[in-house]
Amino acid sequence: MSVFSALLARDLRLALRQSADSLTVVAFFAIATVLFPFGVGPEANILARISGGVLWVTALLAALLSLDRVFTVDYEDGTLDQLVLSGAPLPLVVIAKVLAHWLTTGLALIIVSPLLAITLHLPMEGYAPLLLALFLGTPTVSLIGAVGAALVLGTRRGGVLLALLVLPLYIPVLIFGTAAVESAVTGISSDGPLLVLGGLAVLALTLCPWATSAALRQAVE
Amino acid sequence: MHRFANPTQFMRIANAIFPWAAGLAVVLFVFGLPIALITSPADYQQGDTVRILYLHVPAAIMAELIYYAMAAGSAAFLIWRHPMANLVAKASAPMGAMFTALCLICGMLWGEPMWGTFWVWDARLTSTLIMFFFYLGYLALGDAFEDPERGDRASAILALVGVVNVPIIKFSVNWWNTLHQPASLSLTKSNMTGDMLLPLFLMLGAYSFFYLAVLIIRVRSELLAAKIRNARMSQIAGHEAAQPAE
Repeated sequence: MSVFSALLARDLRLALRQSADSLTVVAFFAIATVLFPFGVGPEANILARISGGVLWVTALLAALLSLDRVFTVDYEDGTLDQLVLSGAPLPLVVIAKVLAHWLTTGLALIIVSPLLAITLHLPMEGYAPLLLALFLGTPTVSLIGAVGAALVLGTRRGGVLLALLVLPLYIPVLIFGTAAVESAVTGISSDGPLLVLGGLAVLALTLCPWATSAALRQAVE
Repeated sequence: MHRFANPTQFMRIANAIFPWAAGLAVVLFVFGLPIALITSPADYQQGDTVRILYLHVPAAIMAELIYYAMAAGSAAFLIWRHPMANLVAKASAPMGAMFTALCLICGMLWGEPMWGTFWVWDARLTSTLIMFFFYLGYLALGDAFEDPERGDRASAILALVGVVNVPIIKFSVNWWNTLHQPASLSLTKSNMTGDMLLPLFLMLGAYSFFYLAVLIIRVRSELLAAKIRNARMSQIAGHEAAQPAE
């Protein structure tokens, strides 16, 4: 457990010292969302109709852009080899790194999402489900993303490749995340989609660290 | 199973199977295609467009089966370092992508007369499209590394991650589809009569044997390529060893 907390503290400290990285991700989230009114027109009813989906898609893309941070630096400077060789359970190491990633990006995205929702005229009933859905869904996004980030270590054209690997895997999160917001807006209970998002998060937490560890092992060999 | 880890053993059996697979594929295509496209009865509702089914449905089945074959091969490769399983998985991927593309194209051409549009976000079309992206990701990751061996292991892990996600994505897409679209858009599957099942099975057989035959060709050429690579390497090594002596 000490490895876990030490690694978490280290990653958080590194992220705080280079807080521009997290801010850039948030800024990307904002600008990508702001593009939509220009694309589909500023009519409030159209924007309100698509707001849940737009916020989810842009949040996924923002999270995707931040993924290469999770392992790349450690891979390049050899820290990753040390972590693999240290004898600490690798899935635990992965969970610590993913948690640090989520705290510095997922959480940041959740915090600014209501502001962006205002610009898209999201109906009042949609805010609570949006926040809850992001809260339950973004950990899954970080966990699945870590698998992809570990797989593309050492490739040419890592970034574009990462998108191709990871985005299809994000579709279930996107479907239920958007559904949670939409059902609340149309007056149906959003419990169902939220519960599925929670289930996906538990499943991802159970399986993704193992897959990520396997990918890291073959990357540092 | 480990007996087949030896390429020579594997190829001995594969070479014995090959003429049968290739022959059966040709025979089934020769008999199946005319039955499917000409002599089978036209549907009373869909008319002749129903014939697309005989190309479309077997392609969809192959697309999925090949993905599972790929995942099984990748698992065997990761668990037992079974080199031939990896070659089978790698050789299957482009075929699977091809069948998925065929399925999508046939589906679009079928959708135009049936639904009045080339594309609807039907649950099955959508999951097949996502499967196509899985294949593309697998192929892209496989050759993104300088060191081909790393590509092998990375893409094997990806294949397993994908196969876990296939049922999850199917479930989500089905759920999403029923949420957004009335069920009337999906094709109502009538009970198929025997004269429809025959061409369907003939075409499925033709596709399967075609896959098997091409798989053997691909594995064989991979092995030959590796042999040539090794021969070149030892030639270069031999030169370098010989030079100081001169």
